Amino acid sequence: MTTGVDLGHPQAQAIQSDEDVVRVRQLVRTVAVASKLSLVDQTKLVTAASELARNTLVYGGGGTAEVAAVDNGRRRGVRILFADDGPGIADLDLALTDGYTTGGGLGLGLSGARRLVDDFTIDTGPGRGTRITVTKWSR
Amino acid sequence: MALRAEESSRLAGLLSEHRERVTHRWVELVANSLRGRLSQAELRRQVEDLHRGMIEAAQGGALDLESEAAGELRAVLAELSRGRARQGFTATETAVSVYALKDALLELMETEADADTLRDYVAFSSFVDQMGLFTFESFVRTRESLIADQAEQLLELSTPVVKIWEGVVAVPLVGTLDSARAQVVMERLLQTLVDTGSPYAIIDITGVPAVDTQVAQHILKTVVAARLMGADCIISGIRPQIAQTIVALGIEFGDIATKASLADALRHVLRLTGVTTSRRQSRRES
Amino acid sequence: MERVPVLKIGDILLVSIQLDMSDQTAVQLQDDLAERIVSTGCHGVIIDITALDIVDSFVGRMLSTIASISKVLDAETVVVGMRPAVAITLVELGLSLNGIRTALNVERGMELIAAARPDEYDDGEGGDEDADDETTDTR
Repeated sequence: MTTGVDLGHPQAQAIQSDEDVVRVRQLVRTVAVASKLSLVDQTKLVTAASELARNTLVYGGGGTAEVAAVDNGRRRGVRILFADDGPGIADLDLALTDGYTTGGGLGLGLSGARRLVDDFTIDTGPGRGTRITVTKWSR
Repeated sequence: MALRAEESSRLAGLLSEHRERVTHRWVELVANSLRGRLSQAELRRQVEDLHRGMIEAAQGGALDLESEAAGELRAVLAELSRGRARQGFTATETAVSVYALKDALLELMETEADADTLRDYVAFSSFVDQMGLFTFESFVRTRESLIADQAEQLLELSTPVVKIWEGVVAVPLVGTLDSARAQVVMERLLQTLVDTGSPYAIIDITGVPAVDTQVAQHILKTVVAARLMGADCIISGIRPQIAQTIVALGIEFGDIATKASLADALRHVLRLTGVTTSRRQSRRES
Repeated sequence: MERVPVLKIGDILLVSIQLDMSDQTAVQLQDDLAERIVSTGCHGVIIDITALDIVDSFVGRMLSTIASISKVLDAETVVVGMRPAVAITLVELGLSLNGIRTALNVERGMELIAAARPDEYDDGEGGDEDADDETTDTR
């Protein structure tokens, strides 16, 4: 489902500070525009990226985002991989529940981001860090 | 199969040497296939453009249609295909405009019936085949974009968002609403609110025979989104069956204003706007 | 770090967010506004987000907090100019911005603030229309 051919090299952005979260948003916006996502889809993807980049910074202790334009033969899209070597998420179901937070936020970051994208996969566990891949396809 | 360099230059030579004869016969053959639906002058110009493009490509050392020297030729072919596609010619009629060159060449070359000429003819002919395929692809692409444009126009035609009063816009929805169309309508509605600075929107669904959960959700989300933007939506013209569906599906319409008809909805809005904004204020807080 | 300017226009503080804010900038704005409300004694705050191409949960929370803080400080906050794509995304994200008043543009926002405080903004016309209001209500 998330498979698709990468078009060109994915662009990486380190996430170590507040400003880096802004840079991730701008990078995602650029790639989304180039991939001809509709305005609403661009907005959804950039918003999701903003939530996930902040999670990477706040909960993962920093990490990277890799943004790539992809093509699955029928549609073009944008795929983003967020990776950190933080403590990982122990109870994933709980973390994906609306309103659940350990960081004093609204608890919408993970669950909300999942609703805003087409594909969402997460690989995490205590002590393993967290890798989240999201994809948004053009309509 | 690509041309060899010397074949390419022989092709250029042959085409320029017999320019008049080739183009004349070419035009004749194409004219027959199109049965007078394109003027002779127009056809003549197209064929001459193609002829010139081929000579340029061959002289430039183009070994196949992909090479750089054939850029001009590709442009001429694309232009021809686009024109044919728009004028309603079939794909075959378009391709024949190119393939006719083969017959013209054959008539020219069959007088010298030796093995070399035959080999040349086969090579030239495969180059013409490439041109034909390119034409076909351009033709299909033009048709596809025509279809996409029309689908979009249809979508726009079927979803007018109109300003019916100062500060009030309405979308009279007619026909089956699928998820894609509902989404387009809703995005347009919200954009119109911004463009016209209207704080009220009426979504009239009198002409909608049925709604499913997804469509109802789209309408609901639009109402919530409009509220976030500072505008209020009123839904009018809910048919009895739709009301039953909404209840049966357990969709919560909450505090969204619903009215029986577009006229009722407008009257409702006018009553709200006819009074001071403090009235709007108190209603919001209640 | 960049700072969002806060302008005082009459009895209203106008904040026009023109940049892609980092989280820190957003928190700073929250502090700045609280201070300005007290120092100016303004009773209305208009936050213009026309230029924002996304509002994520962090900015959403900031807007809610500003609205609550200003309420405590006896000022009305109105968020104006939210783009359609942003509103659609917020709905999907699950952010309802409870307690925040919104308006389509700055002008409507000012009307809303004036209406919320009829005593202070009475321009003579308000009284008449108020009377109309009563008759409609008791119909």
